[in-house]
Amino acid sequence: MVEITLIQAVTLALARAMEEDPRVLVLGEDVGADGGVFRATDGLLARFGAERVLDTPLAEAAIAGLSIGLAAQGFRPVAEIQFTGFIYPAIDQLVNHASRLRTRTRGRITCPMVLRSPSGGGVHAPEHHSESPEAMFAHIPGLRVVIPSSPRRAYGMLLAAIRDADPVVFLEPTRLYRASREDVADDGAGLPLDRCFVLREGTDTTLIAWGGMVREALAAADALAQEGVSAAVIDVATLKPLDAETIVASVGKTGRCVIAQEAPLTGGFAGEIAARLAERGLMTLLAPIERVAGYDTVMPLPRLEHLYLPNAARIAAAALRAMAYA
Amino acid sequence: MAHFDIGYRRCLAPDGRPLEALPDLAHDAETLIGLYRAMVRTRTFDAKAVALQRTGRLGTFASSLGQEAVPVGIASAMCAEDVLLPSYREHGAQLWRGVTPLELFLYWGGDERGSDFSGPRQDFPCCVPVGSHAPHAAGVALAFKLRRERRVAVAIFGDGATSKGDVAEALNIAGVWQLPAVFVVTNNQWAISVPRRRQSAAETLAQKAVAAGIPGEQVDGNDVIAVRQAAAAALERARTGGGASLIEAVTYRLADHTTADDASRYRDDAEVSRHWPEEPLIRLRAYLAKIGRWTKDDEERLLAATAAEIDAAASAYLATEPQPPESMFDYTFARLPTDLSGQRAQALAPVPATGPEPMTAR
Ligand SMILES: Cc1ncc(C[n+]2csc(CCOP(=O)(O)OP(=O)(O)O)c2C)c(N)n1
Ligand SMILES: [Mg+2]
Repeated sequence: MVEITLIQAVTLALARAMEEDPRVLVLGEDVGADGGVFRATDGLLARFGAERVLDTPLAEAAIAGLSIGLAAQGFRPVAEIQFTGFIYPAIDQLVNHASRLRTRTRGRITCPMVLRSPSGGGVHAPEHHSESPEAMFAHIPGLRVVIPSSPRRAYGMLLAAIRDADPVVFLEPTRLYRASREDVADDGAGLPLDRCFVLREGTDTTLIAWGGMVREALAAADALAQEGVSAAVIDVATLKPLDAETIVASVGKTGRCVIAQEAPLTGGFAGEIAARLAERGLMTLLAPIERVAGYDTVMPLPRLEHLYLPNAARIAAAALRAMAYA
Repeated sequence: MAHFDIGYRRCLAPDGRPLEALPDLAHDAETLIGLYRAMVRTRTFDAKAVALQRTGRLGTFASSLGQEAVPVGIASAMCAEDVLLPSYREHGAQLWRGVTPLELFLYWGGDERGSDFSGPRQDFPCCVPVGSHAPHAAGVALAFKLRRERRVAVAIFGDGATSKGDVAEALNIAGVWQLPAVFVVTNNQWAISVPRRRQSAAETLAQKAVAAGIPGEQVDGNDVIAVRQAAAAALERARTGGGASLIEAVTYRLADHTTADDASRYRDDAEVSRHWPEEPLIRLRAYLAKIGRWTKDDEERLLAATAAEIDAAASAYLATEPQPPESMFDYTFARLPTDLSGQRAQALAPVPATGPEPMTAR
């Protein structure tokens, strides 16, 4: 076993999937010789050849559309959209086709494809390279929306996404690409795409996060421990379909929660989780549900980015606010 | 300096007169009769669908009246193992390829089972978001190419669709990768109320192929022989490694855009009347009569048989029970996620559901 980063885990999973299933193809802008602008597809062209690692023209709608055609024909395309800022032309294809071909044809034509894209802020990237649009995808019936937050989860969830019979949007938190290393066994084991991961048990409050916010939530839990507050931490990991059971069960035990998201507050996925808790766990709540989110502003350029992005301190402060209720 | 020409193909004049030596396929009267039957069948289906809609028994419907030579000409040149990616006005092609009239009625009547074709299992369902299926055709063609299959993906869309980015993206990729695909523009002169000249300043729509580096030609879309010949050439080229093509079939939409449209708001009846003599059935029927292969009796027998078939399909459609409510859920994913199974249970509950059990208070 070797210690690898999240981005290396993505590459490892891609290679593994291509090795074990000849139907798996990788396509996108600069995924070939360049190995992708973040190097997610590094070495795949040399290893698997130009018929399985396809550099496409610069055309996001077509990258998604091609994948749909390939998937309908029995391939397992894994398409890369270079940055989520440029994923929007592909959303038409996801909403109107990928997510509903199975339904429309009553199962005759299906769409087992993965659309990968680096997502989120925190790396001082240029304009249009730091947003977190996961809630838009989570609103689309028939799609799975997955966001790993550790090398192991990236590996296992990407493998599962590629093997899944339906389309998956796989958002990779850019700021975690090289943030830490972890032992990842290249054992081909997939992880479930309908489960949250309880990263830490706790008794006083539950911190709920995904993507880049998971690290912040863990740091907040450490800080809270200093204050004598025991915080559970949940990595939602798969936003759609949501594992509400795990979340409701944890909050049922702790009675308090903070939901942290990088995306703007209004219409964000934290709202969905809050609603589930209100529907199913209201009577167990000891304090109001706290949301810590990006602001409803345009994502600022790098010099103000740190003021926009929620962090461990904001999460911990929200948790302490909730602790003030009996 | 680069020079480009856009050819125009036509075999029969509107009155059925051959304009030049006809292509080989036109020497087989049985083939021509088959094409004629298919166009009549399409028109009969169209008329029945409109009648059902007018009487509240079908949803909004897009008629192909006057354009039948395009879908029939294209589909008749395809092989069964090719894949058709239609827009919403190509019932003529779908019928030719074995989609049943019952399935078409179900689709237009609002039942997903109508897209679960019993015949051409790999053909795509109708595509309503205009032009968005063009990239799918490139993907299907890429699949064929990677598997080294001698199959072709055929996408059909309208003149309006050619203004869209996804169509341009698909043509471009099909050009770069030499994909076995045929893109067909049914230029029926209108995109709802927007006339062809307001859609693009390009002199022809076929010349959009030039920018993609693929062959493009215009064909008289009311001349089924010419359409079929153009399609056969493009299909052959695609099948033998020559890459993609674009065919602009120039025709005219004699009907309203859909049953929900009133074309008199934006075009003159006189314009429509001027185009009636050019429609595709008159032309082929006149030619067949001229060569002694079509009589009034033949016509009457065909109309009666076709009407009987379509009427029977309509009755079967009207007698089809709606799908059960759980069908909404059961095709969303290969396996129903737990989170969705709760909603499924709610939808099936006899009374408005209260949702999952609330947690007990602490
Ligand atoms: C992307 C998109 N925009 C708008 C519409 C609404 N709409 C349906 S058909 C149509 C006109 C399409 O014209 P054309 O491509 O020429 O095809 P035709 O209807 O003439 O067969 C429009 C605007 C749509 N279905 N899809
Ligand atoms: Mg049109």
